[in-house]
Amino acid sequence: MTMRRVSTFNLGSIALGIVFLYLPIAVLVIYSFNASRLVSVWGGWSTRWYAELIQDEALLDSVFISIRLALTAATAATILGTLSALALVRFGRFRGRLLFAAMIYAPLVMPEVITGLSLLLLFVAIAVDRGFWTVAIAHTTMAMCFVTVIVQSRLVDFDMSLEEAAMDLGASPLRTFFAVTLPLILPAIAAAWMLAFALSLDDLVIASFTTGPGATTLPIRIYSQVRLGVKPEMNAVCAIMVAVVGVAVIGASLLAKLSGARGMPVR
Amino acid sequence: MKWQQRRFVLQRLVVRIPYAWLLVFFLVPFLIVLKISLSQTAIAQPPYTPVFELAAGWHGLVAFFSGLSLNNYGLIGSDPLYILSYVKSVEIAAFSTLILLVIGYPIAYAIARTPHRVQAVLIILVVLPFWTSLLIRIYAWMNILQRDGLLNDVLMALSIVKEPPAWLSTDTAIYIGIVYSYLPFMVLPLYATLEKLDESLIEAAADLGCPRWKIFWLVTLPLSSSGMLAGVLLCFIPIVGEFVIPDLLGGSQSPMIGQTIWTEFFGNKDWPAASAVAVLLVCLLVTPIVVYQNQAMRALERE
Repeated sequence: MTMRRVSTFNLGSIALGIVFLYLPIAVLVIYSFNASRLVSVWGGWSTRWYAELIQDEALLDSVFISIRLALTAATAATILGTLSALALVRFGRFRGRLLFAAMIYAPLVMPEVITGLSLLLLFVAIAVDRGFWTVAIAHTTMAMCFVTVIVQSRLVDFDMSLEEAAMDLGASPLRTFFAVTLPLILPAIAAAWMLAFALSLDDLVIASFTTGPGATTLPIRIYSQVRLGVKPEMNAVCAIMVAVVGVAVIGASLLAKLSGARGMPVR
Repeated sequence: MKWQQRRFVLQRLVVRIPYAWLLVFFLVPFLIVLKISLSQTAIAQPPYTPVFELAAGWHGLVAFFSGLSLNNYGLIGSDPLYILSYVKSVEIAAFSTLILLVIGYPIAYAIARTPHRVQAVLIILVVLPFWTSLLIRIYAWMNILQRDGLLNDVLMALSIVKEPPAWLSTDTAIYIGIVYSYLPFMVLPLYATLEKLDESLIEAAADLGCPRWKIFWLVTLPLSSSGMLAGVLLCFIPIVGEFVIPDLLGGSQSPMIGQTIWTEFFGNKDWPAASAVAVLLVCLLVTPIVVYQNQAMRALERE
């Protein structure tokens, strides 16, 4: 598409859309600096709620658990998802491909309540103690499908002749993969890992079903506070998370731009 | 030749590891849900009966199957609470998907018509909120929609209302939360097709004297139908089973189906009933899910 004048109507829709998307988050961040305990009354600027957060040990505990969980699940999901993408794109019509593809695409839209409930019932049926690892398995299963889709779309427009060249020159299949294929799809894999990390960090429903004692993730902790109403401390927690995510995503997209990768991955 | 063999073994591993994982952690759990939906509640651990025991052999198997029943489904059919819950979920999902389409289309269309450099930035701006936790975004709306929240402050200041209306615990709040949270999922697939749209077709129609609204109706809209379908499915299916948004923004009097499963499970500890509700929800969604899968696979093969 070439340069052209953007009409007022189009400009208006974009502007309204952006305001709609960002206004609530902006309000949340501003109110997290509100000195008053009454969330609706403006009592001047203050960082009081941030200071109180640092003393909340249960909360810090959950932050730690959630980060460890997201690191574990994102890494496992990236490995499994990359394998699935290779299987779907490269190995043609293997037996059971249709079922495999169905199992990849279904979790993308499956309501989380169902995924969570079914995994919990599995863990009960095989009598596993629920805790960190059961949530990690659940998050891996959910996130690997997103990883597959992202890596797959990169593999589809991959120049096969590069691999063939490496093999013609005597590289083994495994060596070819690590020396040629992997570096070329690495940007997609990195993006997929980030998405898996974010999905795990964000999830409340699946974690609530599959967690056990001692593994209260941050979303579960926030949810138990928030469902009783708006609290200034929670404003501060949320503002910090927004800041972390904002910096990470903007940094990653700048990085992706520098390394010439394609745009941000989406569902 | 040896490589050929090793290659073959490797290929099999690449397929089988994720395949086995999905069988064990996606398909089998689902079959277990199906099985428990046919069981009875029991005061035991696990809280349902019959429990399948391999050790009991053939007799155990017979006892197991004769212990299964459709009672839970009968219960769901006879209790208007469940039926209302399904109806409400589908209704909310359908209406909010429609609202999303009406709001999302102009945004996607407008973004696709800006210069290339700007497009990339705008798309990042649209996706960015999706990267922050859903819980936080919904919580942000709780801040705004409270009785003495920002929305009512503004409405009162502009003297649009005299008394501050209650927004929280209403369906309006659920709609706001859903439209807000799912907007990126509608805009992105629409943008993806609109951006690829062949402009010469529009120019040709214009050259032949077709008015602008008619060009939109006869050319642009039909050509973007695959994006519309993807966006609609990507929003509709998960919204039907949505839990967080109705739970935090909506009222408790008429829950959506995701909430019903949650309460049956965590509140009433009735695992068989929760499973039966979940199975029926999947039955409800199976058609859109299959359509979505075909669409996604075709889109990938077209690339």
